[in-house]
Amino acid sequence: MSIFDKKMMELHNAISQKELSVTELVEASFERIGKTEKSVQAFLTLDEEGARNKAKKLDEQVAKGEEMGLLFGLPAAIKDNIVTDRVRTTAGSKILSNYDPIYNASVMDRLGAAEAIMIGKTNMDEFGMGSSTENSGFQKTFNPWNPEYVPGGSSGGSAAAVAAGQAYFALGSDTGGSIRQPAAFCGVVGLKPTYGLVSRFGLVSYASSLDTIGPITKNVEDAAYVLSTIAAHDPYDSTSAEVEVPDYVSALTGDVKGLRVGIPKELIGEGIDADVKAKVLEAIKVLEGMGAIVEEVSLPHTEYAVPTYYILAPSEASSNLARYDGVRYGVRSDNTTNLIEMYKETRSHGFGIEVKHRIMLGTYALSSGYYDAYYKKAQKVRTLIKNDFDQLFAKYDVIIGPTAPTTAFKIGEKTTDPLTMYLNDICTIPVSLAGIPAISVPCGFAGNGMPVGLQIMGKHFDESTILRVAHAYEQQTEHHKARPSL
Amino acid sequence: MSEISREQVEHVAKLARLNLTEDEAVKYTSQMNSILNFFEKLDELDTDNVQPTSHVLDVYNVMREDEERPSIDREVALRNAPDHEEGQFKVPAVME
Repeated sequence: MSIFDKKMMELHNAISQKELSVTELVEASFERIGKTEKSVQAFLTLDEEGARNKAKKLDEQVAKGEEMGLLFGLPAAIKDNIVTDRVRTTAGSKILSNYDPIYNASVMDRLGAAEAIMIGKTNMDEFGMGSSTENSGFQKTFNPWNPEYVPGGSSGGSAAAVAAGQAYFALGSDTGGSIRQPAAFCGVVGLKPTYGLVSRFGLVSYASSLDTIGPITKNVEDAAYVLSTIAAHDPYDSTSAEVEVPDYVSALTGDVKGLRVGIPKELIGEGIDADVKAKVLEAIKVLEGMGAIVEEVSLPHTEYAVPTYYILAPSEASSNLARYDGVRYGVRSDNTTNLIEMYKETRSHGFGIEVKHRIMLGTYALSSGYYDAYYKKAQKVRTLIKNDFDQLFAKYDVIIGPTAPTTAFKIGEKTTDPLTMYLNDICTIPVSLAGIPAISVPCGFAGNGMPVGLQIMGKHFDESTILRVAHAYEQQTEHHKARPSL
Repeated sequence: MSEISREQVEHVAKLARLNLTEDEAVKYTSQMNSILNFFEKLDELDTDNVQPTSHVLDVYNVMREDEERPSIDREVALRNAPDHEEGQFKVPAVME
């Protein structure tokens, strides 16, 4: 059993009892990266020097008998749209290929305070736009379970790094499903918190009303520890919620007796792969066996979620991405003699094809004469989708379904037509539009050998309950212990 | 909702400060049409009496005290700039 198969608390204890040093832990990470990175390609940047220095410092603290932070010494992989002081941050885009931030995202400060160690920055679809990590401006990442398949996106690098045992845990970001879907495709745990629970300060913006940061881990308990660390009100983020953050770990009781579970027929009906459906229904039987009360329910506006999302997100993106003009940071196109041409050339060469596509869509949807027909209409449908959830949560504690309609698809399979790729987000997007929390946990393998994800959705700020259900399920099954052979 | 023409696509690109190549102009015209067509699904819903949701949580203006405090160091602020001169960001001439 490798040290990456141990639980966070087991490592914590081993370090405090001096059976394991932080340096050994960090070296194990780099050794594993050395062995597997050629076939996975999860990282865009490694910070070996920074990680080794930090490990040394933490080992000195242990020698002195100082108190240990919650994530003491744990090697973390960070999605490359989370800014890291002096460590290159590209958001997967060539336009930021030379960008070395001068500050840390708030989540990085919080990981630092908990004494986790960042080992590197992970590959992603450019600016978070994609469901396969094939839209990165730099490289493709491969699914650790089978290199012919995508790892999912856009946090594909983060999910693959955890699945491959390269990092102990990872941070990803989720706008329309970008933590949960790659977690499902790579057979790991991914949690999208309630919008506003985790600060977005220092997250490279895609769609500001939807973007969230969350953990990717190998088990639910670890997800609870990481969430406990990063969830906090932040005065630097005006959309950060002022709520009390509970102790998520103490919520993991293993008990779901009497819990009311709704299964939306729209999420297990047409368009959902038969193998995925079978595994999800098996998982629901497990919860029923533990005393949960399961009923079929309806989210009637589910079919409108994907078009709604693909109006709202590109609109917000077109506005957020206006800041990439080649003036203050990023790559600038040379040989232009006037300012407007410089903007245009910089943006035309710096952005990739999908990013430009979404900027175009968003600019069109927000333009005079079309705003009401697209953007405002989509915001109204968003209300209907949110109301669907509110009504169900009046009666049910959690809502459960698959994380994605299929398992991981093959590399290149969906890149020609954006629309087919967009439809892969059908199970995750409604949650994003409603701003509620959801967790994806492994629930077995399909006939093609690829992992299936179970999605557990909860009320706003009720992360404790989805973690409790996910943990209880995990205790009854062995799926989360399976590892890809690399 | 209407069909988007090649001219409109070029106009949108101009608004978005993008130069499209010939290939991109053709490709985006066709892709945008299929996606705008897909957006028409929302017309099935009567939303006349529905309030739009721009934000899922209650948001309010966040103010801080108006106090003097140190700003970011000029050299640090310019560190990532593609071009700068005498402590300022440098760009091509704005006027002829």
